[in-house]
Amino acid sequence: MSTIYILWLRQVKKYFRTPSRIVGSLGQPLLFLLVFGFGLGSVFQQAGQGDYIQFLSPGIIMMSVLFTALFSGIDLIWDRQFGFLKETMVAPVPRWHIMFGQALGGATVASFQGLIVFLLSLIIGFRVVDPLLLPVAVLIIFIVAMLFAALGISIASLLEDMQGFQLIMNFLVMPIFFLSGAFFPLEGLPKALEVITRIDPLTYGIDGLRHVLSGSGTFGMGLDLLIIVVIAALVLGVGSYLFERIQA
Amino acid sequence: MNLSQHDGNIITVSGLTKKFKDFTAVDNISFNVKKGEVFAFLGPNGAGKSTTIKILTTLLKPSGGKLMINGNDPAKNKDAVRKSFGIVFQDPSLDSDLTALENMQYHAVLYKVPKEVREKRIEELLRFVELWDRKNDMVKTFSGGMKRRLEVARGLLHHPGIMFLDEPTLGLDPQTRNHIWNYLLEICEKENMTVFFTTHYMAEAEKVADRIAIIDHGRIVAMGSLNELEKQTGTNSLEEAFIAITGSTIREEQVNGVTRMRAMHRMFEGKK
Repeated sequence: MSTIYILWLRQVKKYFRTPSRIVGSLGQPLLFLLVFGFGLGSVFQQAGQGDYIQFLSPGIIMMSVLFTALFSGIDLIWDRQFGFLKETMVAPVPRWHIMFGQALGGATVASFQGLIVFLLSLIIGFRVVDPLLLPVAVLIIFIVAMLFAALGISIASLLEDMQGFQLIMNFLVMPIFFLSGAFFPLEGLPKALEVITRIDPLTYGIDGLRHVLSGSGTFGMGLDLLIIVVIAALVLGVGSYLFERIQA
Repeated sequence: MNLSQHDGNIITVSGLTKKFKDFTAVDNISFNVKKGEVFAFLGPNGAGKSTTIKILTTLLKPSGGKLMINGNDPAKNKDAVRKSFGIVFQDPSLDSDLTALENMQYHAVLYKVPKEVREKRIEELLRFVELWDRKNDMVKTFSGGMKRRLEVARGLLHHPGIMFLDEPTLGLDPQTRNHIWNYLLEICEKENMTVFFTTHYMAEAEKVADRIAIIDHGRIVAMGSLNELEKQTGTNSLEEAFIAITGSTIREEQVNGVTRMRAMHRMFEGKK
């Protein structure tokens, strides 16, 4: 337990020590909220889908969670390059504790980033349907953050260098994001796109968050939660396995 | 009580072999290190020193041979072995975005140093390596020598029975080198710690080592006290003895060969 805690603490400390990183990574979600929110808002409304900001905000919140969580895997690669990983790897602790602590740290940071974007969306005009459901929203954000932090670490476990990681991330991040229904409703899609959106785990995270925050969603709340929990657990398991095999 | 404590050996290595595909980095080596001894492990670049240290410290699995570290077999009881040694790696291994104190605390938690002694031990060691005044500074602001001292302090934190040091004084000035050895020898004395180290500074090994082993091409080619090695080679310094034993050819290609094999090994492992 203490191992998980100290690894978590290390990551959270380092995050709060670099305010420039926090502020810098808000640029993109803010841009998306403003440009798409206001740019496509009238089209969305004319199509009879209601207020686009209400629709879009949960998606953009999850976008920043996705980006921050997945890229937190890069910490592992930094640790490897700067040698700190060896210190952790010779310690008399189970590897999966290390992996879990690392994922928990990355997920905490990503959730925090998501909450800041949530606050920004409130300023832009997003309205929460039922404030009592906010804790559920935080829970959904955290589970999704955990899923993608674990995925980032899994990928980082397989790679030795920064370039490879960046490359794979770019191949992953954008498709996961754009095919998640962050921008468009999940109904009435062409068959192929419909199938792909349903494979993307982020779809269920965003749908769940939409249920809780905007009061609208495609799948049932229970199904959304079930799917992200199961996938998060799976990825954590795979990540622990891959982490176990790292040779420092 | 177990065997290795009976015969006074804290490290027992017999027939240790490590192969990377068809390249043999460590070839059937055997040696013992006694409790409380300062043991120098010397050899030209690429001779197998770092590979041996990695195996002894559980970072690599041997291809063959028997190992006992502080009464435990690393293959069977990894965590018990890990608890029993401290290590200073060849390359830096600190988190430079944390303070000196935080690096120490991180280590203390991972090694489960009990809370009651943790703070006291950390303060004692940071004062010992003269970094207590800088305890709240980020490690990235430290000089090379300060970082090394911090690594030594960190390695000693959990009262290890053995301290492994892989070229601990590489790139440091003579003052810092002396300081680091003074700290280590003092702790050795006080806590009956064993030191196992590699170095390219022969004078250093001459000065501090009780016993010296020389490894070349993955095999141990000489072992004994300074006097014994000098007598055996008819020389009067370790440097001369070392060259007499290992020859005077430069080993650049050897290093590249090993590095290449390791890289291939890793690539292969990654794909499986």
